[in-house]
Amino acid sequence: MPSDPLVAEHVLEFPGGYTRTTGPVIGRFLTELRDGRIVGVRTADDRVLVPPLEYDPATGEPVTDTYVQVGPAGTVLSWAWVETPRKGHPLDHPFAWGLIRLDGADTSLVHAVDAGDVKVMRAGLRVRPRWKPESERAGHITDISCFVPEVTTMVAHVRTEYRIQPGRSLARFLEGVRDGVFLAGRCTSCDKVYVPYRTTCPQCGSSIGEELELPDTGTVTTFAINNLPDPRAPEVPFVSAYILLDGADVPMIALMGDVPVRDVRQGMRVRAVWLPPEERTLSMGNIKWFAPTGEPDAEL
Amino acid sequence: MGNRCAVIGVGQTKYQTRRRDVSIAGLVREAALRALEDAGLTFKDIDAVVIGKAPDLFEGVMMPEAYLADALGGAGKPVTRVHTAGSVGGSTALVGASLIQGGVHERVLVVAFEKQSESNATWALSTHLPFNASLVVGAGGYFAPHIREYMRRSGAPEHIGTLVAVKDRQNALKNPYAHLKIPGINRAMVESTPMLWEPIRYLETCPSSDGACAMVLAAENKVTGTPAWVHGTAMRSEPIFRAGRDTVNPQGGKDCVADVYRQAGVTDPRREIDVAEVYVPFSWYEPMWLENLGFAGEGEGWKLTESGATALDGDIPWNASGGVLSSNPIGASGLIRFAEAALQVRGQAGEHQVDGARRALGHAYGGGAQFFAMWIVGSDKP
Repeated sequence: MPSDPLVAEHVLEFPGGYTRTTGPVIGRFLTELRDGRIVGVRTADDRVLVPPLEYDPATGEPVTDTYVQVGPAGTVLSWAWVETPRKGHPLDHPFAWGLIRLDGADTSLVHAVDAGDVKVMRAGLRVRPRWKPESERAGHITDISCFVPEVTTMVAHVRTEYRIQPGRSLARFLEGVRDGVFLAGRCTSCDKVYVPYRTTCPQCGSSIGEELELPDTGTVTTFAINNLPDPRAPEVPFVSAYILLDGADVPMIALMGDVPVRDVRQGMRVRAVWLPPEERTLSMGNIKWFAPTGEPDAEL
Repeated sequence: MGNRCAVIGVGQTKYQTRRRDVSIAGLVREAALRALEDAGLTFKDIDAVVIGKAPDLFEGVMMPEAYLADALGGAGKPVTRVHTAGSVGGSTALVGASLIQGGVHERVLVVAFEKQSESNATWALSTHLPFNASLVVGAGGYFAPHIREYMRRSGAPEHIGTLVAVKDRQNALKNPYAHLKIPGINRAMVESTPMLWEPIRYLETCPSSDGACAMVLAAENKVTGTPAWVHGTAMRSEPIFRAGRDTVNPQGGKDCVADVYRQAGVTDPRREIDVAEVYVPFSWYEPMWLENLGFAGEGEGWKLTESGATALDGDIPWNASGGVLSSNPIGASGLIRFAEAALQVRGQAGEHQVDGARRALGHAYGGGAQFFAMWIVGSDKP
């Protein structure tokens, strides 16, 4: 067995870096870059090359001495996502290499696109250069730090804060719920019993004077099994049921519990399950849910 | 009913999940310009603008009508905003029509929109108020129990909802503006999708769409091109917590349709109406509304659906455009029903045209099935 293989690091780097003579065409491009502009050069057949080349690759002829300002915005033609940037890459977080056709150009250039998320990248994405500060620009393609998507959306933080005070009828109803009873109101002209307790009849508009207590038992008239999770809702699956309390003429919507969701039936007899008295507040949260009583189903 | 009124221009945007390329103003203007172009008019020719949309909480723009007046050429003209929840698109058309029927204006632009992608409708419909126990069930959770009750009462077999879900999406394939395009849609595909709010499956619900719809309404002396004449208009509402309210077959809907049939002289809707665009956001609402609107007796609506009568080649096509099940920019959804009814009697519905359609019903409902808006339009001058 050989011992550890013999290994050594080796760096090959010309001290101070090579000088590159740009020639007039590339030099003009880099000079404009340093000034924060992007130019292309016109070919004899009237196309605009960006970045400029000294000799038209299509014909081999020298390009003209006409320079055209292009961009600064452009369109991504295609792209490759870099999830883990390497040391020599222009950005230290995930980015895309984009093939970008600047507005007014007939050719495309490759540059980094700082899109934030791969989901943003698509052919046709509109991008603009993000420039280095002027003092740091040196006449180099990296005078453009990268390209960034144009602004197409903004976030509007709309927030309103309310101080909600229940009306007289709701406050009265919640007092009942705190004490473990459902308060209802009877419209004497319609002879209908409304729960929660209310002070006017939604049908005829008469004021409701008569208050009565309803039992905490009732019948499931119909229901839904909810499977769509929401952080503000009970854990799915849960049943939201229309429950007609005994003696009431309008159903209330409430959560079902103590029963598998698939066993809930229309006509099922149920009773409210209350929080212990010491935990109750002025809130419908005092009722945990409605649970089956075990009685035979009611006729609907 | 007042003076005669006709639809002389219709404009729609392509309904889709997100319109990232336009602002709300750009969206409504696109529909408005198409309606004006259809009518051969410009904003200068319009006397008044009526804007409809569902709750402001959907986009978080308070009083969008003020912001949109410029985009709709409203400067110096009466601009009115209408809001009746999901039925608002229909109500918007009816408010516009009433301005002409009442002799106030001669040309009115009605526009309705929603840009659902700006937030989330279930969030906006389920605000968690203090003192209540929140179940956050959204529109689907609200309507599912009423569908279950319909199924119990009518004894309808379980696959009826699936038939509607397939039929409307097949129609959508023929409508260039429709949002959901599902080639090869069939019962197995619908039945393989999960129950969101049982008994409602995923593919039995409407999508969330961005879009706008517009119409130009004109008085008789300003009618140009091929008009759709308004034969009847009606709105009704009812309180959501009325004792004994029938949420399956609401009285408000029955009263509304009786009124609109009386105005149009319709006594047998299945025979006398050629095509209906009816607000069906969940598939089961087709059989439910077939009964509510008098196309079938109580408990019989599902049989009409099952027989194929409501298909594009049936004797009373419902939602030839693909309906709300295929495109749902909520605030505009009602107006799209009214506009599609107009397109049918103008013979301009393209690939989803019902041959020889001369009289059409447009319908919208909203809130807890408590707001109703309907009109009947025809190719003949009333």
